[in-house]
Amino acid sequence: MRTKLERREHFSGLLFVAPLIAVLILVAGWPLARTLYFSFTDAYLDDSANHVLIGFRNFVDVAGDPVWWRAVRNTAIFTAISVAIETVLGLAIALLLHGAIPGRGLVRAAILVPWAMPVVVSTKIWEWMLNDQFGVVNRAIVGLGLADHGVAWVANGSLLLGVVIFIDVWMTTPFMVLLILAGLQILPEEIFEAAEVDGIPWWKRLWSITLPLLAPTIGVAVLFRVLDALRMFDLAYVLAGANVNAMTMSIYARDRLINNQELGVGSAASTMVFLLIALVAIFIVGAMRLDRSGAAER
Amino acid sequence: MASVALRSVSKSFGHVPVITDVNLEIADGELVVFVGPSGCGKSTLLRLIAGLVPVGAGDIVIDGEVVTDIPASKRGIAFVFQSYALYPHMTIARNIGFALETLGLSRQEIDAKVAEVAATLKIDHLLARRPRELSGGQRQRVAIGRALVRQPEVFLFDEPLSNLDSDLRMEMRMEIAKLHANLAATMIYVTHDQVEAMTLADRIVVLNRGRIEQIGTPQQLYHAPQNRFVAGFIGSPRMNFMAVSANASSSDCHMQGPGSLSFDVSLSAPGVPAEIGIRPEALSIATQGQGKVTGTLERLEDLGHEHLAYIRIAPDVAWSVRLSNSLGKNALGTSIGLDWRFEDLFLFDKNGHRLDHSLSHERSAVANGVRA
Ligand SMILES: Nc1ncnc2c1ncn2[C@@H]1O[C@H](COP(=O)(O)OP(=O)(O)OP(=O)(O)O)[C@@H](O)[C@H]1O
Ligand SMILES: [Mg+2]
Repeated sequence: MRTKLERREHFSGLLFVAPLIAVLILVAGWPLARTLYFSFTDAYLDDSANHVLIGFRNFVDVAGDPVWWRAVRNTAIFTAISVAIETVLGLAIALLLHGAIPGRGLVRAAILVPWAMPVVVSTKIWEWMLNDQFGVVNRAIVGLGLADHGVAWVANGSLLLGVVIFIDVWMTTPFMVLLILAGLQILPEEIFEAAEVDGIPWWKRLWSITLPLLAPTIGVAVLFRVLDALRMFDLAYVLAGANVNAMTMSIYARDRLINNQELGVGSAASTMVFLLIALVAIFIVGAMRLDRSGAAER
Repeated sequence: MASVALRSVSKSFGHVPVITDVNLEIADGELVVFVGPSGCGKSTLLRLIAGLVPVGAGDIVIDGEVVTDIPASKRGIAFVFQSYALYPHMTIARNIGFALETLGLSRQEIDAKVAEVAATLKIDHLLARRPRELSGGQRQRVAIGRALVRQPEVFLFDEPLSNLDSDLRMEMRMEIAKLHANLAATMIYVTHDQVEAMTLADRIVVLNRGRIEQIGTPQQLYHAPQNRFVAGFIGSPRMNFMAVSANASSSDCHMQGPGSLSFDVSLSAPGVPAEIGIRPEALSIATQGQGKVTGTLERLEDLGHEHLAYIRIAPDVAWSVRLSNSLGKNALGTSIGLDWRFEDLFLFDKNGHRLDHSLSHERSAVANGVRA
């Protein structure tokens, strides 16, 4: 039996969450429901009121489109490689900054600059720097004698995805650094001193103490980044538009929805993106058991 | 096993000097206890010896070898932290055996050593658990086990028992004393606890503001403190002090102070006493109208095995007296005379240095009718 006090606490708890749930339903639930609904219709964007339900035909359409699968592949490659590089690089830089190096306050502030810049701005800057004729990167490569003519970084289709990954790494590694640094700073220092006195070499301290204790932090950071990378749109779109070499799932959905005006098919693609991301999220949370053991491990 | 020596060691954090010119020789197999008020630099000194903090000036010598520039991991010492500092994600067995993993021992050898140490410390039933599943006392045993298993030259303990309750503390204190006797290892032990210091130490080092006030056996510090600080720090309840005015004619010295205090002493060396000190256990209640000093009984504390009486001698002077029986509630507020044996009296000059005095010439204030 619940006591009166417990009941009252339960009730006031509900009272506090209620507005949040209402807002969530309004801003997330409603559009989601509409997208889901349209994905089962043959609606077009210019006249969305005029449509009939056509079952799973839109989903079959998307699943049969080789461009969609290309977009899925691009997104998967982009996510896997960029998040992997960002994690390793972020960890390395965080470990460096955590050590007592002179001027680390300045470095910590400076490292935030790429993260603070608008995506469009930094993408455009890099596009210019990577320009095959006028870009400083090619200028430097030729100047140093590494190659006799510049590389067509952005214009060459096969390099495009690599450039997207590179710019993303440049932009989001600071985020990783800060998250991991915050995780490092709350680890109890005496544990590392104990290991040092016990004669444990630094690589074993890193591998057997730092990394296991940091795992929950890294897990959360990776989860954030993977979910973010899976819906990658802005950077790739600014750099390459609807070029299939760098087309992500989100760009594909937008392409069908806006360029082709196919509200039904576009919604179906969006729904599939959403479902895929949700699936990956559930998988990662489950695999790392972030919800439970992570915090208790401390 | 090894000796440890500190040669003119100093250390500052920024511009704040924390350790100033510390010289100390610790013999092989000795157990030395560092005591001192909070913030006096005990932990810092221990961490300097361990190599966890770089030395500012001077040298640290372990087993005859200067290790000032050798990293902590190569000094062959073990450190037991107040917070235990166990690895939270490892089992107890791995916690204890972790340092052995880098020594190229086989799994079986490591397991055997861990089992042996665990048996010594009576934690063998806990080996599969993790630190958070252990009580404070058990964690402390694991921390000590982790130090033991490496068979280090020198053990450093930083207030290892301060998070335990008094029963466990006593048990662990005996355990550490036993370990020290069995291993004959050199140990340096920081504590706040008087009893730990007095019972464990071969020698005690009293620190104050980063300087050594006195080094000596527990008995030397208790019976012959070199200065007022050590006299006040060693012993609990602390020594009673009172400022006196003295007029010295050659070595004979007449002293007066609050509570009708008036007596003569003869000093064995030149100096002018400015303060007297008497331990609570050296005081006794004088028979009616007698005693070397008088005051008002202000408060009584019954601790069961002993009684403490607080006697106000002057507005800013209250002395504590340790008694075996209670004075009774009725005595509160009455005038009480206190007496002591002459050899229990300590004299300090205005700089806090203790002055030696000889036994002769003492006259009770009352006996001379000086009492108002
Ligand atoms: N890393 C540090 N940076 C700056 N000051 C420090 C540092 N470590 C210690 N101190 C200062 O040095 C002084 C001595 O500290 P220490 O920890 O050695 O004292 P302690 O005698 O061990 O005290 P306690 O009995 O409270 O443990 C303190 O005033 C402290 O504030
Ligand atoms: Mg300390």
